[in-house]
Amino acid sequence: MLLSRVAERVYWQARYLERVENTARLLNVFSGLLLDLPKGTKLGWRTLVEITGTEDAFDGKYKQSSERNVIRFLLAENNGFSILDLLALTRENSRTTREVMPTEAFEQINELYYFAKENAASGVDRGARYQLLEEIINCCQQIWGLMAGTMSRDAAYSFVRIGRALERADMTTRVVDVGSGNLMPSVQEQNSVTDSAPEPYENILWMNILRSQSAYQMYRQHVRFRVNAEDVVRFLLLNEEFPRSTHHNLITLTKVLHKLPNNTRVTRQINKTKRLLKDADIEKLLRKGLLKHIDNLQLEMAAIHFTIAETWFLPNK
Amino acid sequence: MRVNWNTYNPGGFFDELISSPGYARKPARRLASYLRGLTHEELLQKKTAAELAIKTMGISFTVYSDAGNIDREWPFDIIPRVIAQKEWNRTDEGLKQRLRALNCFIHDVYNDQKILKDKVVPKELIENSGNFRKQCVGVKPKYNTWAHICGTDLIKDGDGEFYVLEDNLRVPSGVSYMLENRRVTKRVFPELFENYYDIRPVTEYPAQLLETLSALSPRKLKSPEVVVLTPGIYNSAYFEHSYLAQRMGAELVEGKDLVVEKDKVYMRTIDGLTQVDVVYRRIDDLFLDPSVFNKDSVLGVSGLFESWLKGNVALANAPGAGVADDKIIYTYVPDIIKYYLDEDPILPNVPSYLCINKAQRQHVLQNLDKLVVKPANESGGYGMLIGPQASKRELAEFKRRIKAEPRNYMAQPLISLSTVPILGDRVVEPRHVDLRPFILQADKSYVTAGGLTRVAMVKGSYVVNSSQGGGSKDTWIIGDS
Repeated sequence: MLLSRVAERVYWQARYLERVENTARLLNVFSGLLLDLPKGTKLGWRTLVEITGTEDAFDGKYKQSSERNVIRFLLAENNGFSILDLLALTRENSRTTREVMPTEAFEQINELYYFAKENAASGVDRGARYQLLEEIINCCQQIWGLMAGTMSRDAAYSFVRIGRALERADMTTRVVDVGSGNLMPSVQEQNSVTDSAPEPYENILWMNILRSQSAYQMYRQHVRFRVNAEDVVRFLLLNEEFPRSTHHNLITLTKVLHKLPNNTRVTRQINKTKRLLKDADIEKLLRKGLLKHIDNLQLEMAAIHFTIAETWFLPNK
Repeated sequence: MRVNWNTYNPGGFFDELISSPGYARKPARRLASYLRGLTHEELLQKKTAAELAIKTMGISFTVYSDAGNIDREWPFDIIPRVIAQKEWNRTDEGLKQRLRALNCFIHDVYNDQKILKDKVVPKELIENSGNFRKQCVGVKPKYNTWAHICGTDLIKDGDGEFYVLEDNLRVPSGVSYMLENRRVTKRVFPELFENYYDIRPVTEYPAQLLETLSALSPRKLKSPEVVVLTPGIYNSAYFEHSYLAQRMGAELVEGKDLVVEKDKVYMRTIDGLTQVDVVYRRIDDLFLDPSVFNKDSVLGVSGLFESWLKGNVALANAPGAGVADDKIIYTYVPDIIKYYLDEDPILPNVPSYLCINKAQRQHVLQNLDKLVVKPANESGGYGMLIGPQASKRELAEFKRRIKAEPRNYMAQPLISLSTVPILGDRVVEPRHVDLRPFILQADKSYVTAGGLTRVAMVKGSYVVNSSQGGGSKDTWIIGDS
């Protein structure tokens, strides 16, 4: 028996926790990537603001998308988007679902929150950043592991998985979006000016995008061809086996939903999203720009969220 | 920091651990010598370990006046309080006796009113009681029991005996802290549990509570649907509501999660509506049901009261049970025990003066600076006057209030509350304590092994409420071994 209100909070707790981890991965990878790219590329700290979809809030506060501003904004500020605030939200949701979640999970979330609260500001400096973000990512992994290892496969756990899968599916499209739409042209433009081979930077860029999703190694084993835009996009969006690909997460959603009551409408919406994903001609889209396609995918995923909310979270009548 | 019992001085008070400088009382001897053997570093380490455990375990409470900080960490002292099993057995008996009698009283008040007709308790007291609910007249809850969960505050006076200070029959809280205090102490002093003492466990409480609540179910089911009804995350006891729900495996619901259809109570789940059998409500009577009580209540559930009247759902505690949780009725409890059970009270009351009685009121007004004055219906230590510590203005103000509303006040001599040692910044120091055991009653009765010890953390203070700077300690009921 799971209360609708509790289901909703469990779902959001998982989404926020996943968002914490994803944001930490992004910050870490970008901090490394920007050291590798030549000066003058369009790719910059601004990109992180775009991926996380926080342009309005950021521009309301800062004029310059400098490293310091962006990192502070996404790491330690009270704005609803920073890792610290996302952790506070995770903690708040887990505080109100303590009766269905394992005690140790709450305790670790609580501990991670206090750790971040004490140390987040220090990560604005490059020297301490990597260590801090790694620690946060590890803690998130620990919490996921704890839930997987101790929770019964009941409705509450289903909503943990749903929240996590949807958040991941969404985040992966954002990362791909940035790689293809925003960055590629800039790298190409620059290369055409200098008239040198485009490969090195494109290569570095896509490699780091894979890394931000912990996908580099798996991609290597799977694709066995030098890192290139089309294969990476295909891998991140369409690969069925890789746990952070959009397709894999949509499949997970279908499987988990199967066990929940009244799932017809949600399942239908997920199938619709899957079709849109699979039917796309990636090669052609890459030539014309992926932007519109990614936008459509994100709209479909937003629709999945709303259907889930209407089916299980809103009090009947 | 080292523990030195030779310089520990409880003044003129009864100290529960040390009988005279350097000498521990018998049940506490092993504890006292163990503590004395710890180095400064070890003590500090244990203190820090406890603070850390409380922080990571998320043991928190809310203070209403503390805006923006809705969960504060629980103030805790690591030195446990020790009570011998033999002494506790008697206290256990006394508490069960008291609650049995109080339940007879509540049932009588809402039904035959024999005790009023026999003039053992004055009728006016009930008629003027802020906690009497006329809507409950004629109701006969299962086992004729109204107060299923009771938190009774006990204190020790200079003679070292337990006295009853008050009975909390509405929505008493604190039991989760009793459980968590034990969890923390086990982490801090595992060696004491293993080698020194036979300490009675307290962990069975949630199972006992679930059994008590399940016994109230109107439907005969193997596992009836029990829910904990909370006002929500901003309530001072939210931690406890969620804690108890989790430990019982019951749903933690807010008013908006429940709906009443055809006089039956349902909760909204992902499967649709599911019928609820027992509501352990942690909100006050007046907020339970806007269609019967406070119309503006958004915490309650419309139709809940009617479902209860029709016998389709059990409410614990029953609405109206608070009629016996009144500081004026309290003074009659010894008579109530005699009247219904024909037994002598095992646990004594603190001597009290009723302001409604003219002669006693005179005494109170003349000796206000020596007495503690309590309003009939407040809880949490609010609205009290501690005569010896009050200013002239406060004394004058209470004189005025007592004259205006004598029914609303009673007075007691300032009890020399017993002390126990706490670990201060540098030395062990005596602090005043009380004890809140929890008593359950449905088809049978149960008393916690010990209870929640509350400590006035401020030197010399008598106020133990967590909302006003109180802390707490683990309480050990120890066997004779």
